[in-house]
Amino acid sequence: MISLVYAAAFILLAPVVGGLLAGIDRKITAHMQGRVGPSILQPFYDVGKLFEKDKAVVNDTQRFYILSYFIFAIFTGALFFAGGDLLLVIFALTLAEVFLVLGAYAANSPYSHVGAERELIQVMAYEPMVILSAVGMYLVTRSFNVSEIAGFPQLVVIFLPGIFLGFLYTLTIKLRKSPFDISTSHHAHQEIVKGVTTEFSGPNLGFIEVTHWYETVFLLGFVFLFFAANWILGIIAVIIVFLLELYIDNTNARVKWQLAMKSTWVITLIAATVNLAVLAYFVVV
Amino acid sequence: MQLLLFLILFPLITALFMLFMRTDRERNWIVKLSGLCIGVATVLLLLGYFDKGTLYYSFDAGMAGLVMFLLEIIIAAFILWQGIKYRNYLVIALILVQTALLVWFEAFYAPAAEVEFPLFIDQFSIIMALIIGIIGSLICVYALGYMKEFHEHHKDYADRRNIFFFVMFAFLSAMFGLVFSNSLVWVYFFWEVTTLCSFVLIGYTKTGEATTNAFNALWMNLLGGTAFAVAILYLATQANGMLGLDQILVSGKALILIPAALIGFAGLTKAAQMPFSTWLVGAMVAPTPVSALLHSSTMVKAGVYILVRFAPVYAFTATGYALAFVGGLTFLIASAIAISQSNAKRVLAYSTIANLGLVVACAGIGTYEAIWAAILLIIFHAIAKSLLFLAVGTVEHRIQSRDIEDMNGLIVRMPRLAAMMVIGIAGMFLAPFGMLISKWAAIQAFIDAPFGFVLVIILAFGSAITVFFWAKWMGKLIVITPSAQNLEGSVDKHEWAAIVSLAALTTVTCFIFPIISKVLIEPFLFENYGNIARLSQDNIIIMVMMLFLIIVLPLSILLPHRANRHLPPYTGGIIMTPDMHFTNALGQKTGMKLGNYYLNAWFGEARLLTVGIYTCGVFIAVMFVTALAWGVIV
Repeated sequence: MISLVYAAAFILLAPVVGGLLAGIDRKITAHMQGRVGPSILQPFYDVGKLFEKDKAVVNDTQRFYILSYFIFAIFTGALFFAGGDLLLVIFALTLAEVFLVLGAYAANSPYSHVGAERELIQVMAYEPMVILSAVGMYLVTRSFNVSEIAGFPQLVVIFLPGIFLGFLYTLTIKLRKSPFDISTSHHAHQEIVKGVTTEFSGPNLGFIEVTHWYETVFLLGFVFLFFAANWILGIIAVIIVFLLELYIDNTNARVKWQLAMKSTWVITLIAATVNLAVLAYFVVV
Repeated sequence: MQLLLFLILFPLITALFMLFMRTDRERNWIVKLSGLCIGVATVLLLLGYFDKGTLYYSFDAGMAGLVMFLLEIIIAAFILWQGIKYRNYLVIALILVQTALLVWFEAFYAPAAEVEFPLFIDQFSIIMALIIGIIGSLICVYALGYMKEFHEHHKDYADRRNIFFFVMFAFLSAMFGLVFSNSLVWVYFFWEVTTLCSFVLIGYTKTGEATTNAFNALWMNLLGGTAFAVAILYLATQANGMLGLDQILVSGKALILIPAALIGFAGLTKAAQMPFSTWLVGAMVAPTPVSALLHSSTMVKAGVYILVRFAPVYAFTATGYALAFVGGLTFLIASAIAISQSNAKRVLAYSTIANLGLVVACAGIGTYEAIWAAILLIIFHAIAKSLLFLAVGTVEHRIQSRDIEDMNGLIVRMPRLAAMMVIGIAGMFLAPFGMLISKWAAIQAFIDAPFGFVLVIILAFGSAITVFFWAKWMGKLIVITPSAQNLEGSVDKHEWAAIVSLAALTTVTCFIFPIISKVLIEPFLFENYGNIARLSQDNIIIMVMMLFLIIVLPLSILLPHRANRHLPPYTGGIIMTPDMHFTNALGQKTGMKLGNYYLNAWFGEARLLTVGIYTCGVFIAVMFVTALAWGVIV
């Protein structure tokens, strides 16, 4: 049930949508902080400029890792929108993430090294919840295929309220928003400079930015999947979630990794266990 | 049947030869030739039997039975002597009890309990034989180079290489015997031989630590062996002398749940599940080929082999769920402990324990999907883990350390070895490589089983933890340190041949695993469970695409591109030399080192091991209580 059309649409359109979302993000954030903010096209100007810059690297292997990160992140999203197996999508996402971390390690730089360690802690923090979200969807729809989950006649979220909330919690990590922007941040106020991305500049950094746009679209697609039976509701939900993330980003200070990990795991454990237990024993779908 | 007997006896003959080989030249040739013969014979076995289903072989085994009994008495006497020599009373007590049980069985029940078909072969046996024959032989070849260097590095240890290779090949022989035996008494005999072999190999260097750890391994495995002996006696007395696997596994749960629980317990000890995990970690004192052998193709695989064989009995029983939870919790806790370890071999040891835990969990669930996952896990784990051990062993001889922190920037210092290690690590946790496929299969299997969602939660957390400790190790390896020199030099050709072959196998099995599944695993499942599990066509295509991408992407470095401008890493304005020194505020030269996170406060070994020992101990108790209760009720 792989739909190449949707995959192609994702590959072509996601950077546009993701870039615009980044622009809207900056505009709204600016308003929340009492500033006017840049044009919503500003992210495109920024990335365009990055690609014109000098190719400065610490060593040549960085290019390979970033290219792999970029390609596998696109692969993840394309597989998702093509309606592929949700678990495979999650594993591909981890693979992409590991390439980014390796790129940071390879630089042999103190700041990017700490960033890499923290990024791995973040992966360890969010991955259980993401896997269990897929498992929850399977228990409801009896399929891991995104196409079949999306085609399920009822709202999946009704059966998975706990898992949906748990997923939202980890979404903050994935979108690199405060209070969980511990490995790198959109804002230059990090105690470890730019963390994972410290040693990337010029076109390499441009690729990381574009990859982030792709990831944002993919993650919002995942949110949409909870509401896929009613697409109007789905779009409203995605917008609300996006605004909620901005609100959280602007009203919370960054926490230490210990709290980030502990809280994510505790919430995963409670939300997923209760939700899955109820599904397994009380709800006949 | 000749091929089966050949595989059991030929390594034994080689082993005897080894005992008398004193020169490197002779030993090299015989090991290489025997390794080749064993490897070829297992492949012939595959070609000849893959489509034949299950075949049983009947022959008059009276003589063989007698020889085995005598050998068992000799083994017992040897262990008793060792126990007395080192004053290990636990071992003495266990071997006495075990021998008493055995003699009792031989005296009163053995004649009545003649198994009609002592040997058999099916697809699962073929898979195991391939693992033992190919990986085991490669490890023996590797050991040629390694042990030579080992004794050059450690002049203080007596050079007992003839004993070493004798035991290595005897080990392979016993493993072949174990996977081809239909008679439980035979399985038990080979089981005990593997216990003895591991004892001798772990204590090879005869240092205080080695001896202590060898005895630690010995008593735990003897405890399991005793449970095994009780199971045989139980079957002989309660089940009319029914001792063939073919009869036992179809005779209904009521009768055999108790012996199955006992054999399950034996399997847990051999597979180093908590609370018995310490012996496998302690076994790290042995030379690296021993670790590789114990972890990948022999010993622990014997433990999970028997559990997978008995899986239909465990399925849908409380005993089975208790067993699954021992495995699941061991997977979670051992993975977590691996985070806190910086010793490469200990990380590998805990990862083995964890992955075996997953196999045990699958066997405890016992559905056809779970068994599919379990067999995939056994295959992929054997290949990737042996590769990693061998690579670590070779690196250790060059950098004089097995600490992961000392492997910083290995890709610059030893590019080829580091690349092999990266392949091995990728094989252990990344999509689209083997172990990840198996974990994926395990998730699917657990989800469809009753109570399975708890195991899925355990698996989700455990797999996230796995990503952490493997990725940070991989990160250490691929750091580009500008000041380092290439120190790789010439790797011994035996070591290199084994490492490259295993790296190739790691990659190739990912491509051909759908074929392995179709030709070997699915017929086995269909015959035993009447149902088959497999990946969908779409997913296989996607996995192959990912594999191609992973293989092709490194070539991107070769693409023409504008030359990069090279800058030093950002250090907040401090001027740092390439070897990471800078002048501090007092004008002194200060060095800087980048270390990995080990999160000891959370994942410390002492703390988690205690938790593991108690929780898994409780589930083992539950396993026995439920088996007994079932016996009483039914």
